[in-house]
Amino acid sequence: MEGEFVEMGKLIGAGLACTGMGGAAIGVGHVVGNYLSGALRNPNAAASQTATMFIGIAFAEALGIFSFLVALLLMYAM
Amino acid sequence: MASESGVFEIKPMDQFIITPLFSEGDLQWYTFTNQSLWMLIALIGIILLFVFGIRKGDVVPGRIQSIAEVIYVFVHKMVLDITGEDGLKYFPYIFTLFLLILFGNVLGLLPYSFTFTSHIAVTGILALLVFISVTILGFVKNGLKFLGLFWISSAPLALRPILLIIEVISYFVRPISHSIRLAGNMMAGHAVIKVFAGFAGIMGLGAVAPILAIVAVYGLEMLVVVIQAYVFTILTCVYLNDALHPGH
Repeated sequence: MEGEFVEMGKLIGAGLACTGMGGAAIGVGHVVGNYLSGALRNPNAAASQTATMFIGIAFAEALGIFSFLVALLLMYAM
Repeated sequence: MASESGVFEIKPMDQFIITPLFSEGDLQWYTFTNQSLWMLIALIGIILLFVFGIRKGDVVPGRIQSIAEVIYVFVHKMVLDITGEDGLKYFPYIFTLFLLILFGNVLGLLPYSFTFTSHIAVTGILALLVFISVTILGFVKNGLKFLGLFWISSAPLALRPILLIIEVISYFVRPISHSIRLAGNMMAGHAVIKVFAGFAGIMGLGAVAPILAIVAVYGLEMLVVVIQAYVFTILTCVYLNDALHPGH
């Protein structure tokens, strides 16, 4: 019976790990939303900050990718 | 994942297995694997684009020359904006990084190909080289003033030791996050496509829904591929700027 419990534990853990991506999605939306609201107030200054926006998106999304990686590792690699 | 009905198994991670191409058995460091093949194809693609694109040298560029020029100007402007004039000495290294990752990612979009940037071994070495070279450069250029990167003089004196610990930890986490971001994005995108493809294989006539989902994810993947190459390069420029001009 131990083998099946391990399998069940892995799958449940993978499902729980996916809840981390919700926070990442909110974080990315926060960055882009702030960029948009700033860009609509000051369109001329918007072009200079697209690089900063992309860096912010990358940092926020990286953590969502980390949690997806944990889920994938639990399901297929362990 | 446990087998479905025993007839059709969805194995989305099999696409990341490195297999030797011309010999059987275990992998030595000199084995020519599918990863080596796609790295070679990326290298040949870069050489073809830049050697034969610039060869004519027209003032009004044709199509291939225009692509090469746009990529060059894009990376040049990025390095210039972020690191300033004295960062331009390191432009060849950053350009090489950008092109390698861009071509590696984009070639992974072709069906039946292998994304060599989806392996932590490849991106880990790239990020580790960036980290080591940027640290050594910081010490060579600035001496011990490079450690001023961690001692934030604009914060109140009582907070500085805590901030020192936090800054040192976040400095050493940089290669980890740098490498996992690229590898994780590539692996995640391709694994999702394979999982949907597995669903489409099972569903028979209702496979239209997963196929539409694959089209949508593929479009997103095309965007993510270019953005991840750009983000890797721009973060390298930011770390280089921190090394060349440490100051908070």
